[in-house]
Order: sequence, then structure tokens, then C-alpha cells
Amino acid sequence: MASRYLVEICFHGRGGQGAVTAANLLVAAALIDGNKGVQAFPFFGAERRGAPVRAFARISHDEIHLRSEIYNPDIVIVLDESIMDIVDVLKGLKKNGKILINTRTKPGEFDFSKKFIVATVDATDIALKHEILVGGIPVVNTPILGAVPKILDRVTLKSIQDIVLDKWKGELAERNVKATQDAYDKVEVKS
Amino acid sequence: MTEVMIDTGNYIAAKAAVMCKPDVVAAYPITPQTTLVEGIAKYLATGEYKGEYICVESEHSAMAACIGASATGVRTFTGTSSHGLLLMHEMLHWAALARLPVIMCNINRVVGPGWNIWADENDSISQRDTGWIQFYCSSNQEIFDTIIQSFKLGEHEKISLPVMISYNAFILSHTSMPVFVPNQKDVDAFLPNRAPKWKLDPDNPITFGNIILPAEYEKVRLDMQKSHEYAKKLILEISKEWKQRFGRYHGDLLEFYKCDGADYILLSMGAIGAESKAAIDNLRKEGLKFGLARVRCFRPFPKEEILKLSKKADLIVIDRNISPGMEGALFTEVKASLYDNTDAKVCGFIAGLGGKDVPFGDIEKMCKKVINGKARHIEWFGLEGV
Repeated sequence: MASRYLVEICFHGRGGQGAVTAANLLVAAALIDGNKGVQAFPFFGAERRGAPVRAFARISHDEIHLRSEIYNPDIVIVLDESIMDIVDVLKGLKKNGKILINTRTKPGEFDFSKKFIVATVDATDIALKHEILVGGIPVVNTPILGAVPKILDRVTLKSIQDIVLDKWKGELAERNVKATQDAYDKVEVKS
Repeated sequence: MTEVMIDTGNYIAAKAAVMCKPDVVAAYPITPQTTLVEGIAKYLATGEYKGEYICVESEHSAMAACIGASATGVRTFTGTSSHGLLLMHEMLHWAALARLPVIMCNINRVVGPGWNIWADENDSISQRDTGWIQFYCSSNQEIFDTIIQSFKLGEHEKISLPVMISYNAFILSHTSMPVFVPNQKDVDAFLPNRAPKWKLDPDNPITFGNIILPAEYEKVRLDMQKSHEYAKKLILEISKEWKQRFGRYHGDLLEFYKCDGADYILLSMGAIGAESKAAIDNLRKEGLKFGLARVRCFRPFPKEEILKLSKKADLIVIDRNISPGMEGALFTEVKASLYDNTDAKVCGFIAGLGGKDVPFGDIEKMCKKVINGKARHIEWFGLEGV
């Protein structure tokens, strides 16, 4: 479905990093921003801690009839850059597609930045700074979502923060909101 | 006021079930149904669900508990999947023949071995002859709406039958989509309390399920058959009423999509039924006159409507199930509905077993094979006739 109204997003991460939650939060925010058709789903059946996992999101202005996996994403989001050594995260990425990576590396340093629009942000550092940790391990899913509005105009930072405030309470919610703001301010995009 | 809730098929199903205020929920967890019963347990913990929640030791017991509770005249709900459904098999017959409107979600999952937790409709298809009314849903909104509609249908005095609402493992059970949730008052107005004609009551003792002689037993079966026939009319009415009250409509026995002027009509169920719409859109763009008739209700089976479709178009059937030694179950039923009464051609495909993805591109390929005269009468897509 090559409709300009449908945006397909593929998240890559490791089990426990919150890729599925990230997909869910993103589409909930997209719904607030007026996208009537949204969908988020895990790659079914491989949810083991530390193992490579995928999650998917669709954002559309209309009701979505698709129930199949995403094979040709418009956007790829990488929560753990070490995944890129073992998984071809660029597989199927559309021409002029975008890739957002949690890394210290600058966008232009990736070879594929000649072919795709690359955005980078050190979401791990942001998670550590705001103490967004589970069992002492930084959780990068909310921080990296803050960077998404810079590469996707269908979702606003405000809606992402509203959803974060809805999901978490009190001081933890505030720290998550600050992390999204930090990622939004620090993400670098090279097109 | 209606609120929009965004959540997975299972959590949406839990919400719908709780809004119907069942007096008893008895359930045993099984992947991928687990989050459905977790959802209900959460509502119990928060006080939003006020009924009895019975944690049982097996699915056979879950259905037995629902049967016992339902026989006392109260409203019951449960959910299961795959091997859990199969373990219930004896009790499924019992619920239907005792004419007890137990409402149940079944998350369509593969039957093993080989061990597999993904989508496949063989679990519920193999319960076809138990007497349960069977719906197959294609979106989270349809799951929500169909659960509430099913209580009204099953508990209707002329029906008094259990209803199974099936939806595909993970593709719907674990996928988040937005759903319009009406307020409780409007659900209450649509769904009155259950008013059974008879019930187990210690103050007015009666017996049921007792020995009956052959001639009487046959009447019991005929009565059940008549209720299924009546359900066809009632499903139409309930769908219409739902549309009037809540503004949403997913079809009744069938959902038609772009069938006007179609030369070929595709029949499919569940999630493939939704994906098929994307395929139909693309085929239409190419000037190919395809339409879709998504089968929502498998029992009772909409044979009259399908016969009508065959008068104006050839039919293509996709089954996510197989009756070994024969063919896909929907394919068989469709052809039986047409017998001796039509010139339409019917082709059948088996696709998506074991949770294999069925993207719209594959559905388009199946359709084009039929137009080009290259499809066999029945074909396993991707494995045969390539």
C-alpha cells in the first residue's frame, strides 16, 4: 500500500529494552495528533531478554486494514546499535527512508547515510542521566521516542509527553518527560 | 460519552466482557489468551469487575464451571485457545445441548505438534459441529462490539445457545489498535439482564440433562437447528440495532466490501478478511473487478447470501485451516451452499497455516491466478502450483 497517508515503522532492540512499549506509546501519541488509523504490534513469539526483537507501528489518516508484518518500512528505529552487527536493520527500508539510531556516532559517519536519512541520539546516556533504569539497566524506549518528531511530522513531542504522563505517575513520569525533551533537543539528522 | 481506548485485542476483549457484567468468569490461562484473562483479573482487582472469578485447574473445568453457573440463570464468560479449546470439547457439546448461553473468546492458535503458538483456525473449525454459534473477527473494534452483541444473541429466548468469538493469535490478540468504547449506561440499555426461561433453583427443584428416548432426542436436535436458523435473522437485527445505537457496523453474517459490479468475489475470515480489503483496493485500481465477502459468522452459515453472490460472480475462498483428506472448511461450506443451483466457478486456497504471514500481495497473486485460469480447484498457496 504505497499510500502517502500510511507510515510504517520498524523498531529493532533487545528483549527487555522496551521496543514493544515504544511502538505502543508512539501510536497512542499519533492517535492524539489526529491519525485515525494506528496499529502497534510485536514480532510474535521471540520475546527473550537480550535477544534481538522487533516491533512494528503503522500510522495512517484512515482506518488500517493491513494485518501483515511490515516488510518495507518508511522508518527504522534502532534501540541498541550492537543489533546492527547481527541483524540487517536496513532490509526493506524504502528509498529515501529514515533510520534513527541510539548511538554516540554522528549520522554522517554511517556509510548508509549517503542512501538514507540518518538520525542519531545517545539515548542510553539520556536514560542514565535521568535515571530511567530497570534493574540498574538504562531503558531507552521513552528517551528515543523524543527524537521521533524530528524525523516524522505526524507525531508531536507534546503528544508523546502526554502519553508518557498518562502511562507513568509522579516523579518517574517527570523524568521520562525530561528525557524525551533531551532527546528531541540533542538528536542530529543528516539528510 | 464514548472514549477511545488503544490496546491489544485481548485487553479490548477483557474490557468488553467486563462491561457486559458477567456474574461468573471461569478461566485457565493459555498462550495467547493469557492477557485476556489477566485483563479481567485486573478489573476484578480494581473493582470494575464485580462478579465471581473462578481460577480453575484446566479448560475442561473452566467450561464445566461456566455450564454450572449458567444453569443457575446467571451470565457467564470465558476465554481460551487451541489445546485449551480442544480440552473443552466434551463440555462444548454439553453447553450447547443444555442450551446455555456461555459466551467465550477463542484466540485462534495452531494445534500441535509441531509446537507453535501462532495464528491458525483449525482449533475452532474442529469445534464446528458442537452447536456453538461461531464468529470470526478482523479488528479490535469488531472484537469489542461482537462480544457485547453475542451476549444479547446467545441469551435471546429463541436462541439460548453458547457463542464463540474467535480472533487470530497475536495478529489481533497482541496488536494495539484504537477502539471506541461506549459508556456503561449505553451498553446496559443495549444489553438487558439475562432472563432465562428456566434455571436451577433449590427452591423450585427441576432436573435437566436427564435420559430422553430416541424420538425426543431428535426433537432436541431439531430445536437447536431451528434456533441456528433463527439466529441468522437475529444477527441481522442486532447488527442493525448496534449501528443505530453506536454508529458502527462490521457486517452481519457477512461483511461486503466493493462487491457491486464485481466479477469475482473473495471469501475469507479473520485477519485475512481485513488484509483482503487492501488487496481488493489494489486489484480495483488495476481495473480488475474484485469484491470481498468476509465471513463473520461461520455457524450458522450464511448459505443463502453466498448463493446470491454466486449468481453474479465467481468465488475465491481462502482458508486458514485444513480438513485433512478433504480441503479448507470454508471452501467446502461455500460449495455446499451452491450445489445444483449455480454456474459459478469456485477456487480454493489454503494459506497462513501455522501463523505464516498472508500479506495483501499474496492475496492479489491468488486472485490473479484465478483470472488467468492458472489456479487449481484447490491449492496450497506458495507450496503447490507455483
